[in-house]
Amino acid sequence: MFAIVRTPIDPVRLDASVRDDLFGAVVSFLGIVRERADDGRLVHGLEYEAYDTMALAEFETIAGEAYRRFGDVRLTIVHRVGRLNVGEIAVAVVVGSPHRGDAFDACEYAIDEVKSRAPIWKKELYADGDERWKSNACGHRESAV
Amino acid sequence: MRVAIAAFAGLRELLAGTAADLELPAGASVADAWSALERRQPALAPLAVSTRLARNGRLAATTDLLSDGDELALLPPVGGG
Repeated sequence: MFAIVRTPIDPVRLDASVRDDLFGAVVSFLGIVRERADDGRLVHGLEYEAYDTMALAEFETIAGEAYRRFGDVRLTIVHRVGRLNVGEIAVAVVVGSPHRGDAFDACEYAIDEVKSRAPIWKKELYADGDERWKSNACGHRESAV
Repeated sequence: MRVAIAAFAGLRELLAGTAADLELPAGASVADAWSALERRQPALAPLAVSTRLARNGRLAATTDLLSDGDELALLPPVGGG
């Protein structure tokens, strides 16, 4: 299951989307809005936006890559957009697999790729009222211009 | 021909208040569209190096040719997760 959502992510409900009687492992990664930016500034919240159709296509591509790399894995990738407060879930990657090793590997692969490739952006909203668009360290790929 | 412009994050804010589409001559490329946008908003120029462009939802090369009704998306460095 792949989704861009505008309402809070319920991780318990996502678990069902990767269940299979052949799967003995489910691994979940939750990305949470934290109170401190990388430079230590106090953050009140984050504002996310996405190019929805392209982001969903990218989630699907990443899941396909994970399947080819790690074997029998089933992935759910959900990212929330809009204004999020500290403590809220911004992204969830949930992976089901027969065994835990592949599930852990596929989960790490998928979140790394989502962060570096999916057309999603975040603005840090600081406690002092300032705000700034913040790209991931891995979010600079080759330019097309 | 007419090309719809979809800009995101800082680029969306930079282009706020400008038209949501571009009128270009037939045979125009992705690079031509970017040049037209730079004329509309000169502050885009230094961002060319970090901006990727997508034509109808797929990453595009500057030499790709545009067609009437295309959507050109301006993608700054991503920051999801």
